[in-house]
Amino acid sequence: MCRERPHLAARLCLLDTWKSPDVRPNVAGVCGIVGIFAKSAPVRERLGEHLGEMLAQLGERGPDSAGVAVYRDPVPTGEAKLSLYAPAGADWDAVARRLDAALGLERMRVAGERHALLVVRAAPQAARERVEQLASELGELHVLSAGREMEIYKEAGPPARFAESVSLQTLSGSHAVGHTRMATESRVSTDGSHPFTTGLDLCLVHNGSLSNHNRLRERLRGEGISFDTENDSEVAAGYLTWRLREGANLGQALAGCLRDLDGFYTFAVGTPDGFAVLRDPVACKPAVMGETAEWVAIASEYRALAVLPGADEAALWEPEPGRVYSWSRGELAANGGVR
Amino acid sequence: MSLATSASSVGDAEAVDLTTTPLRELNQRLHDAPRDDGAPRAWRVLNPGGRHSIAAGLDAELRVDVEGHAGYYCAGMNQRASVRVHGNCGTGVAENMVSGSVVVHGDASQSAGASARGGLLVIDGRAAARCAISLKGGDVVVRGSVGHMGAFMAQRGRLVVCGDAGEALGDSLYEARLYVRGEVAGLGADCIEKPLREEHRRELAELLARAAIDAANAAEFRRYGSARRLYNFDVDDAGSYG
Repeated sequence: MCRERPHLAARLCLLDTWKSPDVRPNVAGVCGIVGIFAKSAPVRERLGEHLGEMLAQLGERGPDSAGVAVYRDPVPTGEAKLSLYAPAGADWDAVARRLDAALGLERMRVAGERHALLVVRAAPQAARERVEQLASELGELHVLSAGREMEIYKEAGPPARFAESVSLQTLSGSHAVGHTRMATESRVSTDGSHPFTTGLDLCLVHNGSLSNHNRLRERLRGEGISFDTENDSEVAAGYLTWRLREGANLGQALAGCLRDLDGFYTFAVGTPDGFAVLRDPVACKPAVMGETAEWVAIASEYRALAVLPGADEAALWEPEPGRVYSWSRGELAANGGVR
Repeated sequence: MSLATSASSVGDAEAVDLTTTPLRELNQRLHDAPRDDGAPRAWRVLNPGGRHSIAAGLDAELRVDVEGHAGYYCAGMNQRASVRVHGNCGTGVAENMVSGSVVVHGDASQSAGASARGGLLVIDGRAAARCAISLKGGDVVVRGSVGHMGAFMAQRGRLVVCGDAGEALGDSLYEARLYVRGEVAGLGADCIEKPLREEHRRELAELLARAAIDAANAAEFRRYGSARRLYNFDVDDAGSYG
C-alpha cells in the first residue's frame, strides 16, 4: 500500500474527520452502502426483504435517494434483461407492445409506477442500444441496466418509501448491492442515484466524494465513455467501464482507482459472481463486513448488518484501506483480484 | 486498582432493551441517575444493534454494560462512569472522554478515544485508523493492533499498542507518549523513536495493570514521541504539557 504523507492542509482536514468520518453537519454520516451475498436457500428466497431492511437502517445516512441492484433469475443466452425507468411513469403495456415488435418480448414485470423489468429476445448490448434508439417513440425512458442477471431499481426519495414502491421484499436473488444517498456533489435526482451500471451485469455503489471527477470525466469522454449527469460517482463507474473495456479484470480496474481517483470512497461493485469492495487509502469512509454460514455482507455501518439473521454470531471485520476484496460464489479473496 | 478487579457484580443491574426502549430514553435515564438517590447504579443495555451514541454524556459513577455491538460515539464525553461494551464499537468510541473508563471487549472502528482529555479506554481487540487522534490527556490501551495514523496530532496522554501499528504513527505529534510492542509500519511526520527509560517502563507497567493486561513484558515495548520540529516548542515550556 502506498500512502503519501498528507500535506499540512489535508492533515488539518483529517483532524476534523474523527468528529464524523463523513462531513458535518450530519453526525450520522453521509451516504450508505450495503451488499449481501446469500449462502443459503432461505436467505436467497428473502434477499429483497433483507436488502430493504438493511437500506432502512441507513436511511439517516442517505435520506434523499435509494437504489439497488439485485442479481437473480439469469436468462438464457440469446435473451437480455433490461431495467427501465420512466420518470413520469409510462404506459407499460404500450412499451411492451413496441419492444415486442422491435426485439421480441419474453416477459415484463412492472414494479411500482416508474420501474419495469423486461426480458427480451436479443443480446443485452444490442437490446440496450435498440431501446435507446426507440427513446423518442417510447416517451422519456431510461435504461438503468442491461445484462442477463442484474436488475436495477433506484429513485429519489426516502429509502423506506423506495423499498415499498418497487416491492423490494418480493424479490429473491443470489446477491445484491444497494445505496442510500445524501447528495453532496450533484443534485438530488434519480439520474444521480446509485447503483450506476458499469457494463453488462456490473454496477457500482459509492460512499464518499471524488475531487477530480470533472477532469476525469473529460478524459473518459475522450475515450468514448458517455455520461448522463454531473455526478462524481458516475465518473467512477465510467472509469471502471473504461478499464474493463480495455481488458483489465475487475481487480485490476479497482486497483487502478487507487492511482487515478482523488477523493474519499468506499466502493462496492456488483458482478454476476458476487461483489467486490475497495476503500480509499485514507479510509475516511466507513465499511464493515460480516459473514455467517448463511450470508456474507458489507455495509457502511454494523447496524445495517444487525438486521440480518444470526448477525449476533457473525464474524465481523473492517476491510483494510487500499485493498481490493472480492466475494465470488462462496470465497472471499483478498487482494488477489476477482475470481 | 485494575479494571479487572473493579468489575462489580451486575446481577441486579437495571436492564434496558433498545428494541423496546428508545435510545434517547435510555440516555436520559442515565443522565438523570445522579440526581436520584433511588436510581440504579448498574445498568445493562440489551440489543444495542449498532445504534449511535449509546451511553454518551454520562457524568456519574455508574456501571454500564452494553451487551452487543455499539455504533458511533459510544460512551462519548464520558465522565466518571465505567462503560463496558461486550462487542465491537463503531467510529469514535469514548471520544472526548474526560474521566472514568471505557472497555471494549471486541474491536473498535476508527477514531477510538478521539480527543479524550482524561480517563482510560481499553480495547481488547484491534482498533482501526486514527486511534487516539488529537488525544488531549486521556489514556488508550489496545491489546491488539491499530490501523494507520494512530495518535495523529495527539497533544497529551498515552497510547499503548500491544500489537502492531499501521503507517504514519504519531503524525504531527505534540506531547502525547506512544508505546508499541509490535511492528510499526511507519512513523508519521515529526514522530521519532525515543529511549524507553525506567520511568517509562514504570508508567507503562502501571497502564497495562490498569487495563488488566500482563505487565511483565513492559520492557518489550518501544517508545515514540515528538521530535518537536513541526510545532513551536520551547523546552522551557515542557512542564506545561504534563
